[in-house]
Amino acid sequence: MKFLRNYLNKIKPNFEEGGKLHAFRSLFDGFETFLFVPNDTSKSGVNIHDAIDSKRIMSLVVISLLPAMLLGMYNIGLQNALAAGTAETTSWFSMFLYGLLVMLPKIAVSYIVGLGIEFTVAQWKNEEIHEGFLVSGILIPMIVPVGCPLWILALATAFAVIFAKEVFGGTGMNIVNVALIARAFIFFAYPSVISGDTVWVATESICGFGATVDGYTCATALQYVANGQEIMGAAGTALSTTDMLFGFMPGSIGETSVIAIAIGAAILLYTGVASWKTMLSVFVGGIVMLFVFADKLPAGMPIWEHLLLGGFCFGAVFMATDPVTSARTETGKYIYGFGIGAMTIIIRVLNPGYPEGMMLAILLMNVVAPFIDYCVVQSNVNARAKRLTKKN
Amino acid sequence: MGLFSKKNKEAFNTPLFKENPVTVQVLGICSALAVTSKLEPAIVMGLSVTIIVAMANVIISLIRNTIPMRIRIIIQLVVVAALVTLVSEVLKAFAYDVSVQLSVYIGLIITNCILMGRLEAFAMANKPWPSFLDGVGNGLGYAMILVIVAVFREFFGTGALLNIQIIPQSFYDAGYLNNGLMLMTPAAFILIACIVWYQRAKDKSLQE
Repeated sequence: MKFLRNYLNKIKPNFEEGGKLHAFRSLFDGFETFLFVPNDTSKSGVNIHDAIDSKRIMSLVVISLLPAMLLGMYNIGLQNALAAGTAETTSWFSMFLYGLLVMLPKIAVSYIVGLGIEFTVAQWKNEEIHEGFLVSGILIPMIVPVGCPLWILALATAFAVIFAKEVFGGTGMNIVNVALIARAFIFFAYPSVISGDTVWVATESICGFGATVDGYTCATALQYVANGQEIMGAAGTALSTTDMLFGFMPGSIGETSVIAIAIGAAILLYTGVASWKTMLSVFVGGIVMLFVFADKLPAGMPIWEHLLLGGFCFGAVFMATDPVTSARTETGKYIYGFGIGAMTIIIRVLNPGYPEGMMLAILLMNVVAPFIDYCVVQSNVNARAKRLTKKN
Repeated sequence: MGLFSKKNKEAFNTPLFKENPVTVQVLGICSALAVTSKLEPAIVMGLSVTIIVAMANVIISLIRNTIPMRIRIIIQLVVVAALVTLVSEVLKAFAYDVSVQLSVYIGLIITNCILMGRLEAFAMANKPWPSFLDGVGNGLGYAMILVIVAVFREFFGTGALLNIQIIPQSFYDAGYLNNGLMLMTPAAFILIACIVWYQRAKDKSLQE
């Protein structure tokens, strides 16, 4: 570590005013503060410095996303093997390697495009680099289907970073979740790569790993539910509840495994990064709406199984709790979360065109969140004003 | 005063850029969203509005001294409605397909804020020739934005321009896909916002 610090100190003058690499100062600055806690002190006013700054928060979120991502990689390989009928003979390690090979280009594209735009904007506006994209960059590849082409992923990332984030003023100023805007962009602009039954299972062999399967189709579990059919796995047999819990089913890369998401949720809650109020109320909202629509749900499927399918858990844990776009008042978090859960089920049940509703529900509540906060604060103001006038 | 004096030129130039009815005054947005998914109807719509604004401006300017102040809005509306009906009938006769595509939006030119705005703000107080220039300038300023938006929407949404396929089939075979978002109304919002963004970044006097 010492050597790294010394090296950074040595090359630092190049990036300062007048140095020959001044044009890349934001890059250097971003990298330096990513590695070491900055020792700049504030120059005016009284400030409280917390040990946990936004870079640490972002890193914690990335760490909590890792279980879901690793399981997602394994699942890519598993689904491919199931589709090819070679699941018995393929080792779990080569399945994982195959998933890794599928996943790595997506992560790389998302980070290169997103960070490229962030660095450019920071340089242009003469600001420090914001760290917000650390999380968005890993979320975006995790919420798209495995069959999403890289150029569409790059376009969606660029669109989301520019139009959902930079135009509003960068990290912390965005109204809606950046990663979800990227997904919504793909959803509306290129519906064929994010819905239907050909994009959820990887069917191309890469570097000798995995198998090439031609003309293979398999929809997501929610699509089967929406069609009123039995839920099928990639191998063409019905899915068991265990499969749903572990996430061994076709779907967006990171969203399938409830157990991996639960580990992530535990990390987020233990470190206090995410609010348990939002998470809990998303599930409460979903369950309440499921009971309301109980007679419209397909028969023979336990109600709680609906919460295991699709992006419900992933959205509740990683998307709804985004501190920037969610409600900030404590009471507001309950309302906000409940709205997401309820809206998701409403979209799933009532709109035949959209088997999944989590994305649209979160985006909708993101937009409403400031209004919720306003109402909560205002009702508190009114209550206190009333108390005051009563006394006199 | 010469035909192309500085003041007259200004009447024509300012609405094209500095006082553009769509991007600066934010008028006529509904039709800019509705008719721009293809280039052809956007061009026709832009031309129709240009003709109607210019003619209405001239007519109102000619009779501006005889219009009683109290009922001027009604008189302006009658003039505009008559012109819109004329244009609508001409389109139906000579460009039926486009008039079907534009459907109600030709009729709705009557309610286009650009028209009433120009009549009230300019034609009621100026001579016919400057009024004509002002009308043409505003119409073209509106048409320009429509055409820019429509070019992007049709090109990226369908891979064609004026219904002629531009993006070759080999691109599609290689995995290129048309952008469905471009054909939806929000795309027009985003594109107009981009134009506004560009314009304000260029022209410091427009920044608030």
